[in-house]
Amino acid sequence: MPSVRFTRNIQRHVECPTLDVPGATLGEVLDAYFATNERARGYVLEDDGKLRKHMAVFIDGEQIGDRETLSDPVPDGAVIDVVQSLSGG
Amino acid sequence: MARCHVSTRKGLFTLERGAAGWDIARASFVGDNVTLTMHDPRSRDLIAALNHGHFGVKLHRSRDGGTTWNEIAAPKYPEKPEGYTPKMPVEGVPVVDWSLKLVWALEPGGADQPGVIWCGTLPGGLFKSADGGDSWSLNRELWDDPRREQWFGGGADQPGIHSICVDPLDSQHVKVGVSCGGVWTTRDGGTQWSLTAKGMRAAFMPPEKQYEENVQDPHMVVQCRSNPDVLWVQHHNGIFKSIDGAATWTELTGISPSAFGFAVAVDPNDADSAWFVPGISDEKRCPVDGRVVVNRTRDGGKTFETITRGLPQKHAYDLVFRHALDVGRAGRTLIFGSTTGSLWVSEDAGDSWNALSSNLPPVYAVRFEQS
Repeated sequence: MPSVRFTRNIQRHVECPTLDVPGATLGEVLDAYFATNERARGYVLEDDGKLRKHMAVFIDGEQIGDRETLSDPVPDGAVIDVVQSLSGG
Repeated sequence: MARCHVSTRKGLFTLERGAAGWDIARASFVGDNVTLTMHDPRSRDLIAALNHGHFGVKLHRSRDGGTTWNEIAAPKYPEKPEGYTPKMPVEGVPVVDWSLKLVWALEPGGADQPGVIWCGTLPGGLFKSADGGDSWSLNRELWDDPRREQWFGGGADQPGIHSICVDPLDSQHVKVGVSCGGVWTTRDGGTQWSLTAKGMRAAFMPPEKQYEENVQDPHMVVQCRSNPDVLWVQHHNGIFKSIDGAATWTELTGISPSAFGFAVAVDPNDADSAWFVPGISDEKRCPVDGRVVVNRTRDGGKTFETITRGLPQKHAYDLVFRHALDVGRAGRTLIFGSTTGSLWVSEDAGDSWNALSSNLPPVYAVRFEQS
């Protein structure tokens, strides 16, 4: 199963431990993660499900291509990093 | 004890009136961007709106006067209908993303509606909670009005609801102020809405559109508690007043040093008395000649006096945002805060002012606890 890790910055607001969750696309994986941690969803995604403007997601170190529908494929056993973009200096 | 909540770019500061005067009694959310704080006189709850930027807009509630806080649900926009394409607004870009950008107004419902809270947001949604903020629903009637798609951003990229006036005599009668989209009124708690900005003038539009109601930019709308038919507006290009419950508006002119600004407060007990903190103009958002002043009328806007006592009169460039001036229930105590972190209090209805701080973060909102 893919593993999801979160930036340290988010932990101050909502605890987001690293978890292994199922899914073949980024959207499926994050849905599975947020099913266990609903409050975290709104910290990462907009109301309409897009990735927040100043968040970034990497799958095995590669930046994702689809920030809107989160359709990037996720290989079994991949590591997904959810981080905040460096913005604002 | 009298209390006042000051929401700033770097935290929430609670002021208390002790024997020696007003002072900062508590700092909460230090380091976080607190855009607005509401005190609910029915439950005594506090609700603070935080904008974390990266992580979005959140609401926190305290049920012990601000000692402890818990995150509660934030308003959430519904899914867009399949294939929906927004119309172009009068200016700017359409609201493509149905997603919360900012909580810009929080107002308790009427005394007969415990638990009801209204919430105005960017990009233009009005939300209501019936359970003290545990859950929120978008007012679809206003959101689905085709004229809502015509709204456009003033200072922000997207339009927003910044003022909510719940009639103290009839809690089904609610008015909202929109930048930019005029003033809207419901008489039935939000099922039917009418656009009520007749008489407002938008100097920023071409001549033939200047009196269109849906393009107006009221920066702040306030309603007199003891005479709710009287409303005052600090508008983008002037000061307007209504004495007929927003059916018609009259522009007040000849105001020195300027009629530009964001904040306005009206005396809860005297509809003829109102306070403003002027800036130069929309192109130059700072005090005229570097002097911070308060403009006060006590005769319904026929005349204004410019008050300087206790305020800096040399090289002061403080701007006062729309929610950053408030008046207490008795109409004697006023507090306002500025973009450069100054905070002033008056306990004589604005005759004179004392600086409470010159070192706060940029102040977004000042709200007294009203009983």
